[in-house]
Amino acid sequence: MKKKSIGQFLSESREISLVVVLVILLVVIGIINPSFLSFTNIRQIFLNNTLTFLMALGMLCVMLTAGIDISITSTLAFAGMSIGLLQKYDVIHNTFLLFVIGMLIGIVCGFLNGLIISKGKVAPIICTMGFMYIWRGMAYVISNNNWASGMDVAGFSDFGKDGAPGPYIILVIAYIIFFIVMKWTRFGRKIYAVGSNTEAARVSGINVDRTLISVYTIMGFLAGLAGVLSVSIYASAQPNMQYGKEMDVIAACVIGGVSMSGGRGSVVGTFLGALIIAIISKALPMINVPNFWQNLIKGIIILAVVLLNVITQRTMERQNLLRREM
Amino acid sequence: MKRKLLSVLMTAAVCASLMAGCAAAGTAAPAADAAPAKEAAAEEAEAPAEEAADAEAPAADASGATYALVTKSAGNPFMERMASGFQEAIEGAGGTVVIQNPESATPDAQIPVIQSLISQGVSSIAVDGNDANALSAVLAEAKDAGIKILTLDSDVAPDSRTVYCNQAGVQQIGQTLMDAVYDLTGGEGQYAILSATSQATNQNAWIDAMKAISEADSKYAKIELVEVAYGDDEPQKSTDQTQALLQNYPDLKVICAPTTVGIAAAAKVLQDQGSSVKLTGLGLPSEMAEYIGDDDAHSCPYMYLWNPIDLGRLAGYTSMALVDGSITGAAGDSFTAGDLGDYTIEEIDGSTQIILGPPFKFDPSNIDDWKTVY
Repeated sequence: MKKKSIGQFLSESREISLVVVLVILLVVIGIINPSFLSFTNIRQIFLNNTLTFLMALGMLCVMLTAGIDISITSTLAFAGMSIGLLQKYDVIHNTFLLFVIGMLIGIVCGFLNGLIISKGKVAPIICTMGFMYIWRGMAYVISNNNWASGMDVAGFSDFGKDGAPGPYIILVIAYIIFFIVMKWTRFGRKIYAVGSNTEAARVSGINVDRTLISVYTIMGFLAGLAGVLSVSIYASAQPNMQYGKEMDVIAACVIGGVSMSGGRGSVVGTFLGALIIAIISKALPMINVPNFWQNLIKGIIILAVVLLNVITQRTMERQNLLRREM
Repeated sequence: MKRKLLSVLMTAAVCASLMAGCAAAGTAAPAADAAPAKEAAAEEAEAPAEEAADAEAPAADASGATYALVTKSAGNPFMERMASGFQEAIEGAGGTVVIQNPESATPDAQIPVIQSLISQGVSSIAVDGNDANALSAVLAEAKDAGIKILTLDSDVAPDSRTVYCNQAGVQQIGQTLMDAVYDLTGGEGQYAILSATSQATNQNAWIDAMKAISEADSKYAKIELVEVAYGDDEPQKSTDQTQALLQNYPDLKVICAPTTVGIAAAAKVLQDQGSSVKLTGLGLPSEMAEYIGDDDAHSCPYMYLWNPIDLGRLAGYTSMALVDGSITGAAGDSFTAGDLGDYTIEEIDGSTQIILGPPFKFDPSNIDDWKTVY
């Protein structure tokens, strides 16, 4: 009886079950290492994972259309390497201009993805896999075996310095804009419509191709922005930067309840998913989990949360069905 | 594109070896005749890929032979400088150089690269090993094909290669770092190590040496190693790990990072936070210039490294000496490595090594001169 009521409570909303997971995680970590909940530490959780938080928003949009983008960290590296080199060779040192250039590179990369996926009817995973190699390769080619770091990006790196407000402001603005757009604008609804049922969306007059191109362009834009931020936060541009991190971004969305088959997912869920990923990667070294165990435990937590998600989802659907039958 | 080039190279190499085989079997022509043809074919195919390939090599002692270098990975300035030294030494003597940068710093990225060098029929391969044992099989294959194998920077299992060009003795590095920790802690207190990956051959050997040295001498009795953290040579993970060290050990005095990516990430964390924890270790001057200084505004008072260009040159001269037979790789063999001077092969813990020299100290007095070099 009691168990059922908890089940009912949890199943009212997927977000609530995520919050419960978060609270449990925080309590456990807090008991093991109380300093985890200090202000500095919480600030650093957001700073160190700004890139995951930002790109998860784009990935949410892409996954809502039943797509996926695995080229994001390559776009990130290409954009980041470009603006790193511009500074290394003393071409541009204006922070604002560097941001614009990085974002433009991202937009172009994303637009190409969208164009090929929508007009060329190429499966998203294939198309973005191609670009994953291309942009990463470009990052290596332009770097020509050089890194831009330390003194090269001095000044610019103040923007993402530990304690500087810049990255947080960008995060807050991005989440507010996406929350509003996805919930209350026509464009947001179109994205959901395309993902839930492409044919129905097309018949009802939605320009599916244009929606897809916009979605991938937004993803590219965020990846480019993340590239600029990465150089600023880590004061380092290397062609292999953030290699493999697209998986964290996808994991954040999946944990946040975004469906791989499209049409389902929310900005709040994505935020919670990204937060869980961020907390895991920050907490494991702090609660003295041996290094070799960290990835293993991360994987177990991801799977556990997703399973919980699936179960909640199913209970929710069953209850809805019951209600309808009555 | 890359694959296409590779297949062209492979075809050229196969053709060349067929030709060589025919010549030897048919007319019993001197092998010397066939060999240059093979070399020339390889050289021709190589030319577009490598600016290094010098088609009109003067007839010095190294001409006619091709010397290969396999680095840890592409896109790394340290590897790039090392390769430039290697190239300079060999081209100076008229030899042909092939430099291969695997896509990632893993043994499985090095194996196909080495296999293609075997089929190109190079005279020697210098490898910067990404793993101590994983390359054994492919290196044995190369050895069977008559190719001289040596290692530099990061070693592989001793029986897989002839000699190892060591940037500085493990013991030397361990001692230098331990003394730096002793100096910066003032002789007592806690320190932590931020390493690369947990299976990195070099870093593990240095860390073990540091531990052994601190146990052996009562001078270090009051210094406590609290943790060895692994940043996997990724800026983000190294940052997380450094912050965790600071939070977990409030009394920490020194972090020692014997890896170029780790030390730069840690330097930034410490400097941004205005932490009183001091940093030392092994780092690239160009990466670290901003963080090196004696005052509290800088996180790293001094650090060490060797000259990657000289290391590359040493490996270049060693390759040539092995190929022309002036050394065999046995302990006690000695040779002259150009203007680097004379070197003797030493036997250290059952492995034959050539040691470049003691690590070089970078501090506020010389960092400005070095930051533009590498």
